[in-house]
Amino acid sequence: MFLKKESEKNITFDNELKKTRESFFSKIKNFFLKKSKIEENIIDYIENILLSADIGVKTTLKIISNLEKRVKKEKYKDSKELFFFLKEEIKSLLKIKKEKECLEKKIKNHKKKPYVIMMVGVNGSGKTTTIGKLAFLLKKKGLDLVIGASDTFRAAAIDQIEILAREAKVSLIKQHMYSDPASVAYDTLQSAKSKKKDVVLIDTAGRLQNRIDLMKELSKISRVMKKIIPESPHEIILVLDASTGQNAFEQVRKFSSFVKISSIILTKIEGTAKGGVIIGIIDQFKIPIQYLGIGEKMKDLKKFNEKKFIDSLF
Amino acid sequence: MFENLQNKFQKAIQILKGHNAITETNIAYSMKEIGKALIDADVNYKIAKDFIKRVKEKSIGKKVIGSLNPKQVIIKIVYDELVELMEKGSTEINLSKNPSVILVCGLQGSGKTSFSSKLAFFLSKKNKKPLLVAADIHRPAAVDQLELIGKKSNIPVFSIKKSKDVLFIIDQSFIYALENKKDVIIIDTAGRLSIDNIMMEEIVKINQHSNPSEVLFVVDSMTGQDAINTAKSFSSKLNLDGIVITKLDGDSRGGVAITMSSVVGKPIKFISNGEKIEDLEVFYPDRIANRILGMGDIVSLVEKVQEQFDEKTTKKIYHKISKNRFNFNDFLEQIQHIKKIGNLKNIISMIPGINKYINVNNNIDQKYSFQKMEAIIQSMTPYERENPKVLSNIRRKKRISEGSGITLNYVNIFFKQFYEISKMIKKINTNSEQDMVKNFIYNMMNKKNNT
Ligand SMILES: Nc1nc2c(ncn2[C@@H]2O[C@H](COP(=O)(O)OP(=O)(O)O)[C@@H](O)[C@H]2O)c(=O)[nH]1
Ligand SMILES: Nc1nc2c(ncn2[C@@H]2O[C@H](COP(=O)(O)OP(=O)(O)O)[C@@H](O)[C@H]2O)c(=O)[nH]1
Ligand SMILES: [Mg+2]
Ligand SMILES: [Mg+2]
Repeated sequence: MFLKKESEKNITFDNELKKTRESFFSKIKNFFLKKSKIEENIIDYIENILLSADIGVKTTLKIISNLEKRVKKEKYKDSKELFFFLKEEIKSLLKIKKEKECLEKKIKNHKKKPYVIMMVGVNGSGKTTTIGKLAFLLKKKGLDLVIGASDTFRAAAIDQIEILAREAKVSLIKQHMYSDPASVAYDTLQSAKSKKKDVVLIDTAGRLQNRIDLMKELSKISRVMKKIIPESPHEIILVLDASTGQNAFEQVRKFSSFVKISSIILTKIEGTAKGGVIIGIIDQFKIPIQYLGIGEKMKDLKKFNEKKFIDSLF
Repeated sequence: MFENLQNKFQKAIQILKGHNAITETNIAYSMKEIGKALIDADVNYKIAKDFIKRVKEKSIGKKVIGSLNPKQVIIKIVYDELVELMEKGSTEINLSKNPSVILVCGLQGSGKTSFSSKLAFFLSKKNKKPLLVAADIHRPAAVDQLELIGKKSNIPVFSIKKSKDVLFIIDQSFIYALENKKDVIIIDTAGRLSIDNIMMEEIVKINQHSNPSEVLFVVDSMTGQDAINTAKSFSSKLNLDGIVITKLDGDSRGGVAITMSSVVGKPIKFISNGEKIEDLEVFYPDRIANRILGMGDIVSLVEKVQEQFDEKTTKKIYHKISKNRFNFNDFLEQIQHIKKIGNLKNIISMIPGINKYINVNNNIDQKYSFQKMEAIIQSMTPYERENPKVLSNIRRKKRISEGSGITLNYVNIFFKQFYEISKMIKKINTNSEQDMVKNFIYNMMNKKNNT
């Protein structure tokens, strides 16, 4: 509806309007209607699917425009094939350099121990839970880990990570509430280095991306870690709640301007939220998704799979 | 991203310039752009679609009054609709029972525990005696979290750490409340997804068991399209009394407020906007509408103009100009109207095309030139004000110059322009009465400004 052409009588006086009239949406619709017998409301249908999945107007426009180009070159037999094309188009947006992508491989290939991972994100997105899950997963793969409780702000954040660390049977470095998070991270790295740990996981307090003071604190934590291990943190993971809408773009943009976000974990995806906003994010920022959070239990962490993710949109 | 969209929106609506009534044709493109803007603000796609349809119906045929243009009128209509959609009744919470039970529910991480504590704090400031109940038995350290916050803010928290039986915990908290004369019981529950049947069953049981006066649903302002599913299933299982929107201290547009209001049909009662215990505010629909739309300045201007430029006055002045009976009293009245509307810079920039003539940033100059014009008119006798012609007399002009403290030269220019422009304006084939009045005043200002 929003992306489609208006009926003839609405076309008027203005150049702006003319531009819309000739928008690819009208063209693609006409194309479909002429060349095949697909239902008339196919664009409405596609638009509905994409927009309802939080893919956003801009990315939806891009996907449909790419689809149009493809359909122009290759003929399709039926709507089933058209949807196959559509999925392929979405998939192409999710493509980024493959080998670099997998976290477990990156840890394995990393010769100088430890591999330091910092978890960042807005409040309540699932950072602490995900640290627990990741610790549990990597521990099972035979890695030796330590967690740093650098969320010293939120009430009982330290108790929470303590419970999770115990459950995952991973050691924890902590101080008390309101102590300097950078100092906790420092302690953790020092301990990890002397104990020759394979992986360090640093939990941080949630922060909304428009809080410059808090964002600067994040840079500081990252900077202080370099005093012990110059290349650290090797990985900064942004934890994103799947139910987040278009604000996720702002999250990625603003977090990225303070620290280098190397990957994303999308949480709470087992619900009805599709998390489609990450399609535009991956396309625009070229940041890969590592895992999906699929529940509140330790085991509820799943490797991200493009195909399954795309299938779940439809 | 937002700026981008806003620019687009501005551009889209620009094309409406120069139309005196809103028609299906001049609205089509803008409506589409507004729809996109709403979706990008996270209003649910289907709800945005219906919304646009309604706005369209309300807009077509609407007359564009005063010094406004269709662009501004449409923004105002959209804004009004947004506000109306969120006005679902009183934001008061029902505390008539003793004790009153408030049940707080929502998804994981939405801000339930923070909100529960903030509400308790808020009520304790109103001389209530709240009790917080730690009924989240699922999340690790959830009880500790509530206890810590309670301790810090001096609010009693009821918990039974060893128990994994929520209903038991709630029963015991009621007994505790009675014994300790607490008059509000706030139950903080675990987060749950609407598809989790076991957890949804739990909240239904808690609801039946505790018989709350208020069931409040807490939703994160950053939530996107999925809010519709959550809202539907929670409100079908529980009788929600109100909505709470959290994390509004962030930079999300908060379109979820529209989705929630539309689906739940109950008022948003509070907004949570920070991590401190006092970061809680009563909800005002207009603020969120402005946030979603991002054009608060235009909206408030339109409101003021609609108050000031009623059609009657405009007609009267039009009549006077066209009959050559427009005098200094009328002119003074107009200046004063404009001044009442508020910030000069905004008013001037609001007038379509005016920025071509006047540097809108030259606010001080504008104000000064208004003041000078007023001073001149105020130094005239009533007879002179009503009969501009007599002012060709040099003695009168000198007297006025002395009385007003404005140089004779300036007084001369002012009069000359007043005649010139009133003559000129009559000849111009304007589309409307409003235009004529408008043009007159702004030509005056323009000319003055250049001298
Ligand atoms: N359903 C579901 N809940 C999750 C998931 N990940 C985290 N949560 C819940 O989200 C809430 C916030 O998580 P937490 O890790 O404390 O978030 P943080 O503030 O970012 O550290 C908790 O109730 C978690 O149990 C997930 O993948 N699925
Ligand atoms: N900035 C900000 N953070 C909030 C707000 N409300 C809650 N939070 C944070 O969001 C996270 C989750 O809140 P919590 O109350 O534990 O959520 P719950 O899981 O629904 O009980 C915590 O880090 C809170 O400090 C708010 O209005 N603004
Ligand atoms: Mg945390
Ligand atoms: Mg909680």
